[in-house]
Amino acid sequence: EFRRFSLERSKPGKFEEFYGLLQHVHKIPNVDVLVGYTDIHGDLLPINNDDNYHKAVSTANPLLRIFIQRKEDADYSAFGTDTMTRKKNVLSNVLRPDNHKKKPHIVISMPQDFRPVSSIIDVDILPETHRRVRLYKYGTDKPLGFYIRDGSSVRVTPHGLEKVPGIFISRLVPGGLAQSTGLLAVNDEVLEVNGIEVSGKSLDQVTDMMIANSRNLIITVRPANQRNNVVRNSRTSGSSGQSTESSLPSSTPNILGSLLQGEEESDEEDIIIEDSGEPQQIPKATPASESIESLSQIELLHESTQNGFLPSSENLNHSTGSISMEYEAPEPGRKSLEEDGTIITL
Amino acid sequence: MRRFLRPGHDPVRERLKRDLFQFNKTVEHGFPHQPSALGYSPFLRLMAIGTRSGAIKLYGAPGVEFMGLHEENNTVMQIHFIPDQCQLVTLLDDNSLHLWSLKQHGGTSELREEHRFTLKGPPGSPPSATQVTAVLPHSSREVLYLGTESGNIFVVELPSFRVLEDRTITPEAVLQRIPEDNCNRRSCELVEALREHPKNPDQILIGYSRGLIVLWDLQNNKATHHFLGSQQLENLYWQRDGSKFISCHYDGSYSQWPVSSDNRQAEPLENTVPYGPFPCKAISKIYWQTTKNGLPYIIFQGGMPRASYGDRHSISVIHGSQQTAFDFTSRVIDFFIIFSSDPAAEFDDPSALVVLAEEELVVIDLKSAGWPAVHPPYLASLHCSAITCSHHVSNIPLKLWERIISAGSKQNIHYSSMPWPIDGGTNIAPDPPQRDLLLTGHEDGTVRFWDASGVCLHLLYKLSTVRVFLTDADPNDNMNTLGEDEWPPLRKVGTFDPYSDDPRLGIQKIYLCKYSGYLAVAGTAGQVLVMELNDEDAEHVVDHAEADLLQDQEGYRWKGHEKLKTRDGPVRFEAGFQPFVLVQCQPPAVVTSLALHSEWRLVAFGTSHGFGLFDHQQKRLVFVKCTLHPSDQLALEGPLSRVKSLKKSLRQSFRRIRRSRVSSRKRRGGGGNASEVQEANAKFDQDVLQEMELAPVQRKIEARSAEDSFTGFVRTLYFADTFLRDSSRHCPSLWAGTNGGTVYAFCLRVPPAERRMDEPVRAEQAKEIQLMHRAPVVGILVLDGRSTPLPEPLEVAHDLSKSPDMQGSHQLLVVSEEQFKVFTLPKVSSKLKLKLTALEGCRVRKVTVANFGSCKTDDYSENDLAVLTNLGDIQIISLPFLKLQIRYPCIRKEDVSGIASCVFTKYGQGFYLISPSEFERFSLSTKWLVEPRCIVDMPEVTTNNHVHKPGTENAARKS
Repeated sequence: EFRRFSLERSKPGKFEEFYGLLQHVHKIPNVDVLVGYTDIHGDLLPINNDDNYHKAVSTANPLLRIFIQRKEDADYSAFGTDTMTRKKNVLSNVLRPDNHKKKPHIVISMPQDFRPVSSIIDVDILPETHRRVRLYKYGTDKPLGFYIRDGSSVRVTPHGLEKVPGIFISRLVPGGLAQSTGLLAVNDEVLEVNGIEVSGKSLDQVTDMMIANSRNLIITVRPANQRNNVVRNSRTSGSSGQSTESSLPSSTPNILGSLLQGEEESDEEDIIIEDSGEPQQIPKATPASESIESLSQIELLHESTQNGFLPSSENLNHSTGSISMEYEAPEPGRKSLEEDGTIITL
Repeated sequence: MRRFLRPGHDPVRERLKRDLFQFNKTVEHGFPHQPSALGYSPFLRLMAIGTRSGAIKLYGAPGVEFMGLHEENNTVMQIHFIPDQCQLVTLLDDNSLHLWSLKQHGGTSELREEHRFTLKGPPGSPPSATQVTAVLPHSSREVLYLGTESGNIFVVELPSFRVLEDRTITPEAVLQRIPEDNCNRRSCELVEALREHPKNPDQILIGYSRGLIVLWDLQNNKATHHFLGSQQLENLYWQRDGSKFISCHYDGSYSQWPVSSDNRQAEPLENTVPYGPFPCKAISKIYWQTTKNGLPYIIFQGGMPRASYGDRHSISVIHGSQQTAFDFTSRVIDFFIIFSSDPAAEFDDPSALVVLAEEELVVIDLKSAGWPAVHPPYLASLHCSAITCSHHVSNIPLKLWERIISAGSKQNIHYSSMPWPIDGGTNIAPDPPQRDLLLTGHEDGTVRFWDASGVCLHLLYKLSTVRVFLTDADPNDNMNTLGEDEWPPLRKVGTFDPYSDDPRLGIQKIYLCKYSGYLAVAGTAGQVLVMELNDEDAEHVVDHAEADLLQDQEGYRWKGHEKLKTRDGPVRFEAGFQPFVLVQCQPPAVVTSLALHSEWRLVAFGTSHGFGLFDHQQKRLVFVKCTLHPSDQLALEGPLSRVKSLKKSLRQSFRRIRRSRVSSRKRRGGGGNASEVQEANAKFDQDVLQEMELAPVQRKIEARSAEDSFTGFVRTLYFADTFLRDSSRHCPSLWAGTNGGTVYAFCLRVPPAERRMDEPVRAEQAKEIQLMHRAPVVGILVLDGRSTPLPEPLEVAHDLSKSPDMQGSHQLLVVSEEQFKVFTLPKVSSKLKLKLTALEGCRVRKVTVANFGSCKTDDYSENDLAVLTNLGDIQIISLPFLKLQIRYPCIRKEDVSGIASCVFTKYGQGFYLISPSEFERFSLSTKWLVEPRCIVDMPEVTTNNHVHKPGTENAARKS
């Protein structure tokens, strides 16, 4: 149902008063609601405090269109500074929440309180038997909370199955970040730490690597439980044991696009206190750092494209006949690195 | 140049890298760990030392040294030079024989293993049948005689090691000629000694363990004489003319036997127990040396009265009425005498006694009155007190060098002036390019100054800090005051003394300014001493100050050791470095970092609680800064909590030693047991392995936090004249880095020279940087406008460095255990970084700026960082772009003490301890390489060479 009323633009008052007014106008005094409005870009933004309320009123042109939802069945995902593509759907989503595809409604806090704790990344470029998990340690007081150990895993080689040493997760601390994500489990084999392969490295080395990356730790694991793997449509294989994506690229610093960004944004947080003043984050020296970093970035990006793991390049590989590991006859040297998760986890 | 430093595979840069960097382990300095055998060739004038790990090292004139390693890594039991040859034979404890030879190759001599051989008996015979106990290289140089446990003496041909079976001397053949009433088959068990007749190469003397001695004629294959000793035999020695020989025995006696054609079953001329009449320990080796004046030198090992002196390691020298028992602080492995090797000479005329003890080499001058010791030019016992730290200073100015040598020579007056008697071979290495000093700090509070310029690490001067303090051991309490008529006439020799009076005296940090001669030394109980070089003895009061690093922090209790008590009043110091200022940190925790600026006359020091700055000109504490995190209880309590675990590990290692000793003794005891013992050991190892499988090692993954322990631990201190506040004015500054990844920068105001005494030095904190990865800061460095590291204090004043570029902008390099980061100055913004640990899983243990010169052109050199990681790798990282240049594996990653002891030089060399007593020297540079280059020529062989004595004496098998 729609209601229309007027407000004095110069004196909008407080959010609480406005909220009360809305409840009064709609005659829903005891129902918790979410209040939103569309801004000039068409994004659906929330109104829940004085600041965004004032902002909403001041940008109204001339009408301020407000959407009210019952808190219980509100669709939080509709909020946010979204891309233009969703612009048209905003209204229909709000009005007919049943149409929305994301079924399980997870109750999370408001967007401004949003902080990622963990994520699965690079799903599109990894073999389905692997999982790349990013743990966001910064900003939380939760300990990372896991232990690793030495162990052995079975690999497929030209000589049959072979036992090779590996690093495994041995324990998750209850209440720790690792456990709370549910993405890591005991006996998961650790394959990479922030894009660096761990094979051939000792337990102590891998420990040091993880601690060195602890503020933005990205671990690629082969989960001990392979039943929850993401199944992709783009690949036909996966369960048959014929999965052809040979392995992770064996070239050394396999830092992929997403890792690069993460590194830049999360790592440079050293703090300086000048003359016993307030602590500040140390800025990056912009002009002088020129070549080195940007050059290496370009190199790395180039490398990852070459390896043909970017999904978009797959068709390209076919048509142009450029390097495409998947469909080439396996070279003997490379073969030893090949592995097949489905067999190993028997 | 900038072009070269771009990343990627620039071929120009790759070529330049080949001209700059090269990794070599060049020479081992110090005393071999666990020596087990000694040999000497009077012909080559070379000495050989074998070790328990299978190494064999040859030493001649200073600079002449060779090293070889047996593949088996088994204990070297005996070493014998082949007479008049550049060859030697070693016997290992696995009963294998190895022939080594010195061959010339490319202008230098090299030691190479030529052949190996294990004596095999007939099938089914027990291992003891062929267990070699005595080796005699015959003067014909064609055969080796091998005495065995079974009493058989086998003859093998050289160099093929072919057994000449028809020439084997069996016990049965020996017994044929001996009356049966006093001999039986058992008399001929175990050959203890084999000696060739000094004048007649066809006769050899065979000594069996049970006391029977036989003179065997090789021509006629029969025993010509036999001698029946009543005591178990230990060793034999021929007199020079071959008319008599000496035997020494298990009961501490020795006997002299005549050899004449008319009496074929002689009785001993003389039978003496030198330290009788009470039961004595065995004499395991004896020499009888003739002299012109008729009085022989009798030199023997052991024989001390069992009850009161049974634990002494002694070698006695008797010459007429003179008698001295040289008393060694560690077990005697073996010894030899240097005497006239001229076959025409009528007398032995011994000149020196060379003793290899377990921890040091001692040489006694037998020609000078009082038999003083000779100062060895090599094989220095680095560990006479355990090494606790080391510091290297390159390119010492001549003036300072001479002053240190002169101070050292005053300490060495009790040494003999005899030239070094082992002088074989020729050192053809070029003179060292510069004068380098290696300073080692020791547990007993001493600092030793070593000449590290060349192949021989030579002690120049020893400094003791003990005098400043009052310790439990009173210096007047002389342990060596033995009366004139004391019996036995023991005399302590050698320098090895591992017992420290007070562990608090230990030296932890050293800093020497080579231009001013100022030396700062800091120790275990928070003591910091500043010293000045004085050429004369002096008596003066040491100024004393205390630095309370906890300041106003309350509620803390230090449970560690107390601070050292100082001596009141003036103290007498000998010529050399004399302390004039003592600062004691409170709490008296170990000093963990030290920096000295001789131009500003400031010394900075840090512990696990904080750091302080002291003005040693005005003798005033400038400031202290507490770095302790309030919740860090461990750091507060002191080292107590860790003592427990140290004790435990000590106990365990003792147990391990004991176990290995037991098993090795068993193995030697009887051949039959050996395999059983090995089996048991193997089983034990397996059990241990299984145990490990049951409980796999886990590692906790956790980010560091500010609450971690020992975050306040000050790891590095650095003085720099740079732009700290604004880009127009530079000023002196002090930088400190902690274990928790914090960097503090203090702006200093040092009054100009003319008002230096009138105005106080002021300090003010200007910056504090917290690295978010919180890894320990191990290095801080400021690069000038040309990206060159700032010069050392006084370096510019002495015209040895270009003055730094103060026009361009300076940069700050912070090295943590995990990352290298470059920041701009004065406004701190991050510019570059290298995340070493994230990339490679290794951590920085040591980092130094080193200058590398090109081996192709003289006019190119560059500064890089030399980095040692916890994996024992050495990496070279370019400045200022932080690009990894090259990586070399250097130290095993399990060798924690080796990694901890590593010290880099300013010109791309380095040292690390491979055992408590040995430094390995390595070089990263193509240009500066200190390695032995030497040549051993065959001396002219005289025609009647059969009169030469066999080169070496049988190494005492029982030692």
